[in-house]
Amino acid sequence: MVNWIKNDGPNSDVVISSRIRLARNIEGIPFPIIMDDKQAQQVVKIVKDAIFNSNTVLAGEFIDLEIDKLSDIDVQRLVEVHVVSPDLVKNRKRSAVLLRRDETVSIMINEEDHIRIQCLNTGFQLENVWDLADKVDDVIEENVKYAFDEQLGYLTCCPTNVGTGIRASVMLHLPALTITGYTKGMLQTISKIGLTVRGLYGEGTEVAGNMFQLSNQLTLGQSEEEIINNLTTVTHQLVDREWAARENIAKHDRYGLEDKIYRSYGILSNARKISSKEAMDLLSDVRMGVDMEILKEVDINTINQLMFDIQPASVQKLAGITDGAEQRDVARAEVIRQRLNKK
Amino acid sequence: MYCEKCKKRPATLHFTKIVNDEKTEVHLCEQCAQEMGKVNTMFTPFSITDLLSSFFEVGGEGQQTIYGQQALKCPQCGFTFGDIKKTGRLGCGHCYVTFREQLMPILKRIQGRTEHSGKVPKKIGGQIWLSREIKRLKDELNKAVAEEAYERAAQLRDKIRELEGKPVDGQGRW
Ligand SMILES: [Zn+2]
Ligand SMILES: [Zn+2]
Repeated sequence: MVNWIKNDGPNSDVVISSRIRLARNIEGIPFPIIMDDKQAQQVVKIVKDAIFNSNTVLAGEFIDLEIDKLSDIDVQRLVEVHVVSPDLVKNRKRSAVLLRRDETVSIMINEEDHIRIQCLNTGFQLENVWDLADKVDDVIEENVKYAFDEQLGYLTCCPTNVGTGIRASVMLHLPALTITGYTKGMLQTISKIGLTVRGLYGEGTEVAGNMFQLSNQLTLGQSEEEIINNLTTVTHQLVDREWAARENIAKHDRYGLEDKIYRSYGILSNARKISSKEAMDLLSDVRMGVDMEILKEVDINTINQLMFDIQPASVQKLAGITDGAEQRDVARAEVIRQRLNKK
Repeated sequence: MYCEKCKKRPATLHFTKIVNDEKTEVHLCEQCAQEMGKVNTMFTPFSITDLLSSFFEVGGEGQQTIYGQQALKCPQCGFTFGDIKKTGRLGCGHCYVTFREQLMPILKRIQGRTEHSGKVPKKIGGQIWLSREIKRLKDELNKAVAEEAYERAAQLRDKIRELEGKPVDGQGRW
């Protein structure tokens, strides 16, 4: 089960989630890329103390995941539900993750930077998520001296993060814009205004499940608010266009649309073996059907949860099976059938 | 990093390939990627981070003089500018001081700007932080008033008063 996905976020039809990540480093200690084990331990201790010994409600809300002791599959699962970044996994023997119990905040220690604060929630609520990240940052800063430069701002290991250290992103479900071919042009335009889009779950340039992640590319020279406003404006436009495209399809080819949605639902409800790519694509159709109130047999939360739970490590963990793609495809189909056929 | 296919040109396109649910990274140059049909016009498959080493590598003779001082070492972490070029990463916060001259044009190219205008840590900034933050909040306040977002404006005004040391109704810190 993914905990954070259960929250009922605003405008969560097209925008699946909103996320803010802040990169911070401690002054006087080399970045993780070249630090030794002793320095790594020192950083872990400094950050843990800053959270657990703080005089705020935060202290009691976090747990130490003890990620160095978890199994590979458990760690992979955390990556799949977006609680931990893939980069942290590479370095996990000397990393640590402090997770808020509701999974909406994770503090990754010794990823690419000493500290990565990630706040994540459902739907379209970048400002709330930023407020939370800002507060967590303030709490840590009370006991930590950050590497900061008057001119350049927060100093980060990678120069693409320097300045605000912020990466704001939204995860978007854009099935109608993809069907109508609009995403092609859109994605190129977006890169010209300082934003980046990438397909999620895809192979190569292909996108599975019509899921896209939109985020800011630049971190220096704009304030956090400007960055978030910019992203918010573009997101609003995309949401509006996605809905216009959906309504357009419904108007011109109602039966075609219903047929596609119900066929996908039929396959998902009956398949005995399914890959994650196929499942993502079919879930995308079903999700659109639920959003458009065409398909009423299943609720949106079940679909949102499934999008995460059908990922490889998650399926393995849920089904309690060991490795093997075929076994996993069978287990995946079973998980989907159970959830969809549950009344 | 060189292209995996031709092993000659630098890899500028980075793909995540999923086969049987196993993820592998593929690094290609533009030409090979096109030949393999990996690129369609759908979207640019790379983030700016992946382009980093190319930012450091690009350049003709003019840049040789800037990047020529490879022997210079960061006194805090021991990184040289060669290390930075190789990894596309810095070794520590002090590297930004040590290699400032060489880094500025690169930052300008990556980020477009070279002047931070966002959040400032309270402890470091002190008075600078305070005046900057008050100015920033006042700008926000003007915008909120212009947009007739009065609830937000009231919040901002309280925040400004708080920073200016004037009393507001005492809610504890979060
Ligand atoms: Zn090549
Ligand atoms: Zn250094």
